[in-house]
Amino acid sequence: MKKNNLPENKNLDLIRALIKKHKKNDQVFAGIGFFVIASLAIALLILFLDLLLDGYPKITLEFFSNFPSRKPEMAGILSAWVGSALVLLVTFFVAVPMGVAAGIYLEEYAKKGWLADLIEINVANLAGVPSIIYGLLALGLFVYEFGLGQSILTAGLTLSLLMLPIVIVSTREAIRGIPVHIREAAFAVGATKWQVTLHHVLQYAMGGVLTGIIIGMARAIGETAPVITIGALTFIAFMPPSPVTEVAPFINFDWLDAGFTVLPIQMFNWISRPEHAFHINAAATGAVIIILTLLMNGMAIKLRYNIRKKIKW
Amino acid sequence: MSNTKPTISKALKKNIRRNFVERLIEWALMLSGLIAILITFGIVYILVSESIPFFEAVSIKEFLTSTIWTPNFEIKNYGILPLVAGTVTITGIALIVAIPLGTITAVYLSEFASHRLRETIKPILELLVGVPTVVFGYFALLLVTPLLQKIIPDLPSFNMLGPGIVMGIMIVPYIASVAEDSMRAVPMAMREGSYAMGATRFQTAVSVVMPAALSGIIAAYILAISRGIGETMIVAIAAGQQPNFTFNPVESAATITAYIVSVALGDLEHGGIGYQSIFAAGMVLFIMTLSLNILGQWTRNKFSERY
Amino acid sequence: MVKKQEIIKAVSKNFNFYYADGTHALKDINVSLYEKKITALIGPSGCGKSTFLRSFNRMHDLYPGNKYQGEIILNPDNTNILDKKVDPIEVRMRISMVFQKPNPFPKSIYENVAYGLRVRGENNKRMLDDKVEEALKGASLWNEVKDRLPDLAFNLSGGQQQRLCIARALATDPEIMLFDEPTSALDPIATVNIEELMSELKKKLTILIVTHNMQQAARISDYTAYMYLGKMIEFDETDIIFTNPSKKETEDYITGKFG
Repeated sequence: MKKNNLPENKNLDLIRALIKKHKKNDQVFAGIGFFVIASLAIALLILFLDLLLDGYPKITLEFFSNFPSRKPEMAGILSAWVGSALVLLVTFFVAVPMGVAAGIYLEEYAKKGWLADLIEINVANLAGVPSIIYGLLALGLFVYEFGLGQSILTAGLTLSLLMLPIVIVSTREAIRGIPVHIREAAFAVGATKWQVTLHHVLQYAMGGVLTGIIIGMARAIGETAPVITIGALTFIAFMPPSPVTEVAPFINFDWLDAGFTVLPIQMFNWISRPEHAFHINAAATGAVIIILTLLMNGMAIKLRYNIRKKIKW
Repeated sequence: MSNTKPTISKALKKNIRRNFVERLIEWALMLSGLIAILITFGIVYILVSESIPFFEAVSIKEFLTSTIWTPNFEIKNYGILPLVAGTVTITGIALIVAIPLGTITAVYLSEFASHRLRETIKPILELLVGVPTVVFGYFALLLVTPLLQKIIPDLPSFNMLGPGIVMGIMIVPYIASVAEDSMRAVPMAMREGSYAMGATRFQTAVSVVMPAALSGIIAAYILAISRGIGETMIVAIAAGQQPNFTFNPVESAATITAYIVSVALGDLEHGGIGYQSIFAAGMVLFIMTLSLNILGQWTRNKFSERY
Repeated sequence: MVKKQEIIKAVSKNFNFYYADGTHALKDINVSLYEKKITALIGPSGCGKSTFLRSFNRMHDLYPGNKYQGEIILNPDNTNILDKKVDPIEVRMRISMVFQKPNPFPKSIYENVAYGLRVRGENNKRMLDDKVEEALKGASLWNEVKDRLPDLAFNLSGGQQQRLCIARALATDPEIMLFDEPTSALDPIATVNIEELMSELKKKLTILIVTHNMQQAARISDYTAYMYLGKMIEFDETDIIFTNPSKKETEDYITGKFG
């Protein structure tokens, strides 16, 4: 039977009842959705707070200046954070130039063709490779075949491999956002391609590139699996040789060769011990790592937000 | 006749040199670009070259069908199935948690949340993606498992349920982010068409937006699976490192990734079969994640932009 | 002048509209839609005709911050569509819309047309089959698609997709159908198809159409309203508007002096 064009009261009532039912479903889902997000947020907040509260008492100056020790009360993260800092130094100086250069190449120079496509496919795939595979690559290749040993240099190279796709992708996206007329204006006054790239494109892209670098470094700080695989030591009570020396030539690269550990491995080591006191140390280390990564990621997000707001072509 | 040298040749000289520098720079950049191909090549090379001697000593049949994995014990068995079972079980538990929660979050953010709420939550999701997994491992072992032990009294300290749940929580922001992006990409015009027919937000989300964004949503799930399979620290810390062929979540087990870590922690002679076993296991892992990643990309591209 | 026997289907009274950013987009609109007639809204870009159209099915409610002021009364039940107490969903179930660019759902042809019916709780297969066929015939699309109802709607051509959207809007027996520049994205042949369609449709329901194309308004509509800068400048029978308009602004626009 056809419904009339003109709504009789009966039809209208039926429709209104139906609408009410649908709207109730709507609200139920909205409630569920909000509940899910809120519970997730609260659960994570509780977990992090627990970590902080457990570890907080241990976060003292001594903690940062002590070596790990068999006695949990005396143990500290000196070798760990120094190791992390040195490894990240290597990572930065390898991943950033190569990543930015690759990004520039792909966006500005590469001609459309099989080579550019192949590189793109590889970058996309590498971003999805589990980090431990990079560890295996580094173990077989860097540690043994190239003979670089289980050293800070190797760790730095490994983490830079991990960081590379992130830097390449952010560089590309940053460059892609720059409108053509900026480049055209530069070319019009006679600049060469490299000059245009360096002096104009890169300046505007710098924000986006920087965001990618910060995110990449934040990830590198927390990476554990690949660094364990290449043989970072989990208990070291000595420091690598200092990069700066008193005698000429004042800069020394022996530290690249040294054994080392990093913050997340130190945390892993302490969690793996049965004594509760070591767990507290682990919590403290975890708190330090989280604060660092949250700070860096937060910086990156803020940077990206500012760029989006400020830049008006 | 003027006796000033023609300025042309000087400029020409500079031109040649400048062109040379430009070409040099272009080559340097291209080499950097090639690095991605080199890395992939390196991975494949090392996995294959270290696995070859392994498979000379171990039959493929044993590798793929035996349910005991003890390469470093007195009696050596080389069946990869226990590690695969551990990987699959824990990832399965993680997905049971992450897929519903992640999808609901994505639908809510995309179709229900106000602009302000969405802009507040999305950065938080991004921050969560950046939390190191070793921290999640801590939660799994020292917080979640004890909690679970109150509900399941006989739960061992190392089990698959705790890390599975925590891994699920870790993956939720990842799924939510990717799926939400896919849904936001559905044009408003299609939603207006649905609303104009008298549909509610929920009806529009389920009947129109999700089907339109389906390829992106499924791609998010596939990539999440890949992420779970490749995860190391949560499982190494909380699931134990004893290979155990079981799908029972209340038992302890080792995943492929945990095995590699446990071997790397010990002292291994370079070139021994124990050493090579981690590359063989790594190769299995690589094949699994590579296939999933390719499938995910293909899914994302297959149905994209039909509107 | 309006013929005495005409029934008024809907009338807007002192209708003002403000966008969320404060723009006063519609100023004091008073116009009547006559039942089973086609009323066209014409005017230059930005005059507010689409804004006015979209008020009829409360589309503006989807975007927070918009404000309606005044009334749009629907007959015969004398309901003010714009009343906050009136659920927009209820309004949309009585007044449907066809959009400028065809926007079929990612579903089969059949399911696209059946969508509105399912939203209304109709799940009986026989009923759906009948209504879908009726709607597709009403949209002059049945013969072209009757053998491929399970096909994806995206596989149809632009003109077919738009007719599908018309069928979809038709299937729920709306009282008023709103058309927002329905042929601006279509080729001339498809345009003619749809114009003929509308002349058929008006036998069953009331039509309000926004069009950029003056000739289209002259061809198909019974009444025309000329809008400019948010105001209703003149409203009358189409013949009169196009041959003997009362206001000079109308005449200037019709004769192409600006626009």
